[in-house]
Amino acid sequence: MVFIQLLQSLGLPYEAAWLLSQVLIITIMISVLLVIVAFVLLADRKIFAAVQLRRGPNVVGIFGLLQSFADLIKFLVKEVIIPSGANKGVFLLAPLVSAITALSTWAVVPLDDGWVVADINVGILYIFALSSLGVYGIIMGGWASNSKYAFLGGLRSAAQMISYEVSIGFVLITVLLYAGSLNLSEVVNAQRDGWFAFSFLFPTFVIFFISAIAETNRPPFDLPEAESELVAGYMVEYSSTPFLLFFLAEFVNIMLMSAMCAILFFGGWLPPLDIWPLNAVPGVLWLFAKICFFFFLMAMVRSIVPRYRYDQLMRLGWKVFLPISLLWVVLTAGYLLASGRVPL
Amino acid sequence: MLQGIAFYFFSAVMIASALMVIAARNPVHSVLFLILAFFNAAALFVLLGAEFLAMILIVVYVGAVAVLFLFVVMMLDIDFVELRRGFMNYLPLGAVIGGLIFFELAFVMFVWTADPGAPLRPTPAGVTNTEALGRILYTDYIFYFQTAGLILLVAMIGAIVLTLRHRPDVRRQSISRQNARQPADAIEMRDVKPGQGS
Repeated sequence: MVFIQLLQSLGLPYEAAWLLSQVLIITIMISVLLVIVAFVLLADRKIFAAVQLRRGPNVVGIFGLLQSFADLIKFLVKEVIIPSGANKGVFLLAPLVSAITALSTWAVVPLDDGWVVADINVGILYIFALSSLGVYGIIMGGWASNSKYAFLGGLRSAAQMISYEVSIGFVLITVLLYAGSLNLSEVVNAQRDGWFAFSFLFPTFVIFFISAIAETNRPPFDLPEAESELVAGYMVEYSSTPFLLFFLAEFVNIMLMSAMCAILFFGGWLPPLDIWPLNAVPGVLWLFAKICFFFFLMAMVRSIVPRYRYDQLMRLGWKVFLPISLLWVVLTAGYLLASGRVPL
Repeated sequence: MLQGIAFYFFSAVMIASALMVIAARNPVHSVLFLILAFFNAAALFVLLGAEFLAMILIVVYVGAVAVLFLFVVMMLDIDFVELRRGFMNYLPLGAVIGGLIFFELAFVMFVWTADPGAPLRPTPAGVTNTEALGRILYTDYIFYFQTAGLILLVAMIGAIVLTLRHRPDVRRQSISRQNARQPADAIEMRDVKPGQGS
């Protein structure tokens, strides 16, 4: 908004000003996001190391703070190796699909009251749709590599993501029954009287958190890249910048899932209590703190829990989470109707 | 003006990718172009103001149906020579069907006109897209909606019945029984004297 007024005062017509300001906002958001991802990556490695009584990266910069940037330069200057049997176009398109879908999902995430690039009415559905598009990057990469390991990894990953998307979908339905809107800002505003995690929806939060880990292919659900069986799964033939893009997409998605936990169940940018020292802190910082908390939880799960076997993973998704979340949709609707609290 | 540019861009990409679906030699490329076409159709829905339909199109068709398509096509071992062989035999039938569909489309296009009194926006003012669709589906057309659900249920049960096989020779894992196992059931501690164990 500020940018639009600024640009219009320079004499630009409204549409040009709007376009320019959107481009500016998106650029700023992506750059900040990527810098945060660089440090989150480091934090992930540090937490993993601390659990195993190691030190983790500590050579580049003080406490290894610049490690991610050193890795970035390493990836960028390495040679891009394309296997001779690979389908070149699809092979190079796959990491782009992954990275673009991961980054564009952030367009609807509200960082604070009104701080959102695209405040659309169907925000939850948009995130759901784009996270289902993310599967294509992995399948395309697995197929185009023309390698057994990569293909198996891609198929596994696609099956896994589709399975867990179903229960995520039902969890989202319970949340929107409570909030009465598909707009993410309104979902957060509906939590002013109490966060959804501390209500009837707590079991769905647990399901959402575990499904989010499965959806982002993180340990203990990292079967697509299980190094003991598939070397590195769909990424096995990738090197240099395409590999970096896959890696980046994975971490942007992890951040997004942490943000979704915070927004859907833990009040997004809202402080825990609406009293003086807490509500003086800007909302962005609250959201950031919540994202960090959920990311820490995911990193701890990654370092503590052993990997699932494939049939156990499918059993958990289809035979445990799907019935429970479906039941909870019915129970939530009934509860809201019985207590007369249906929004709208 | 921006909307106009967006409309022509998405339509052009959609038509081009739809053409590529039938022109591409590699079936996997065909499916990928089909996905691109779906995606652009969703973008056109957004331009019309039907954002709920757009998102559902992506979630259902791109996120679920096309993934399964892609699965099947990737696993197929397609022999292109074999595929080309019957081409001339099937050409007349294909041409007749194609011509018929083209004729029907052209017929509809020239005969049908939009009601001049119809509103330009798909939803009434003050109600979001999702709400408007939900009200129509769950109040005016509830029985049709339920019937559609029942048909899908029958199809689902049919698919399960067709693929279900009871194989008695396969050992299955029972998670609850495994969790209920105690160390004492599985391990027996024996105190074996030195020199006496066999």
